[in-house]
Amino acid sequence: MSLLSVRGVTRRIGRRAILNDVSLDVDRGEMIAVLGPSGSGKTTLLRVINMLDRPDAGTVLFRGQDIWAGNEEETRRSMVMMFQKPVPFSMSVYDNIAYGMKLRKMSKQEISAAVEEALKLLDMAGKESQYARSLSGGEAQRLAFARAYVLKPDLLLLDEPTANLDPANAGIMERVIRETSRRLGTTVILVTHDMYQARRLASRSAFMLDGELIEMKPTAELFSSPDDPRTARFIKGELIY
Amino acid sequence: MQAINLIISLNPEVIDITKLSLQVSGTSVILAAIVGIPIGVLIGLNEFPFKRTLRNLINTLMGLPPVVLGLFVFLMISRAGPLGTFGILFTPTAMIVAQFLLVTPIIMGLSIAAASAVDRVVIDTAISLGARKLDTMRLVINEARPALITAVIAGFGRAIAEVGAVMIVGGDIRWNTRVLTTSIMLETRKGQYDLAIALGIVLLAMSFFINFLVSYLQGRRK
Ligand SMILES: Nc1ncnc2c1ncn2[C@@H]1O[C@H](COP(=O)(O)OP(=O)(O)O)[C@@H](O)[C@H]1O
Ligand SMILES: [Mg+2]
Repeated sequence: MSLLSVRGVTRRIGRRAILNDVSLDVDRGEMIAVLGPSGSGKTTLLRVINMLDRPDAGTVLFRGQDIWAGNEEETRRSMVMMFQKPVPFSMSVYDNIAYGMKLRKMSKQEISAAVEEALKLLDMAGKESQYARSLSGGEAQRLAFARAYVLKPDLLLLDEPTANLDPANAGIMERVIRETSRRLGTTVILVTHDMYQARRLASRSAFMLDGELIEMKPTAELFSSPDDPRTARFIKGELIY
Repeated sequence: MQAINLIISLNPEVIDITKLSLQVSGTSVILAAIVGIPIGVLIGLNEFPFKRTLRNLINTLMGLPPVVLGLFVFLMISRAGPLGTFGILFTPTAMIVAQFLLVTPIIMGLSIAAASAVDRVVIDTAISLGARKLDTMRLVINEARPALITAVIAGFGRAIAEVGAVMIVGGDIRWNTRVLTTSIMLETRKGQYDLAIALGIVLLAMSFFINFLVSYLQGRRK
């Protein structure tokens, strides 16, 4: 059984379907990429999976259960989304990373150990007491990752985690994403417009356009032999994101 | 200057009047903050039918003339009024009630604006990290803290400086319900300019101190 199964999900804003009959399955421990030009519905797909938006049609199954049919709280706390725009809360770096753990009533010792581990992983050791709003853009993005990482979610939803980063920060981010996936076995859905990043990180990739999921295959295959001419055009760089 | 002397010599009546002003306005503002901030944040965070109408109503109440409010409270608590049995007319309690009603819409209205100004991504991030409604509200209050402090100070400024409402429901009774603004009015009309000026200086000094406090508190948040 897949960890996550999106079945025929549609979401409308007014009359327009910004997600149109989208289906996909993600296995436990897998990392998949979702590619597509800007406005194709990638963020909306993550929001629907994370229960921030409700689908107008279709269902999302998490561990085989409809996410909106009871146990919402537990389901929501099994996954975390990292938003494209990282906004540190206006508190210290430490309190930012501790935020979700405090909500889960973890002990002080557990929290402190987890914060230290995360800061080390993200090359941010020593920044505990810094006011988080004064971090640089790259650090803020890493903080956002740390905030999600410490919760050890079953499913990690990453919305363009390197889109706003310089190469050095993007490198760190890719490394920790890979390590999280390998070491913790976290299932990851990575939204990106960077085909090379998908190739480096994801075993399978999906291509979205205008709210539709056009196709999904092993990443190498998607690039070497796409089924749909629209995917081919995107890969050749003819569709601008 | 006689006025300065009155202040430096700690004239007991000036002290008494100042204390009562601080007590009445301080209490009403604390109560208004306890009611206005959570409700304001709740309104700011949620979408519901007639939200716009409600906001317009609150905005209107923010500019309510104190005398009109004073008259309304007076009619409610006077002997023949529906709340007459409490017998609070011409007491500091009545003045607190009036200023509470005056200040609550101000704090509430500014809290709505403050909560609405918090980045939507902050709220979504918190929810994604597992925040429930109450957790989200607490986070938003923390994020909007500078604006909320300003709201409370604005409310206090309005309360301490208004004269119409406390005059009507308090009655300006010497040693009892006389506050800075009402006594400035009275002393001026009696021609006791020195005392009026002394009280005016105290009022101004308080406003100055409050503004100083606000900029200090906001400056401290890096
Ligand atoms: N709350 C909303 N109101 C109106 N339009 C929206 C809203 N959210 C998303 N959209 C629209 O839906 C489309 C898909 O958005 P999004 O999922 O953010 O795409 P992507 O992440 O692939 O760039 C876009 O055209 C966007 O403008
Ligand atoms: Mg997006």
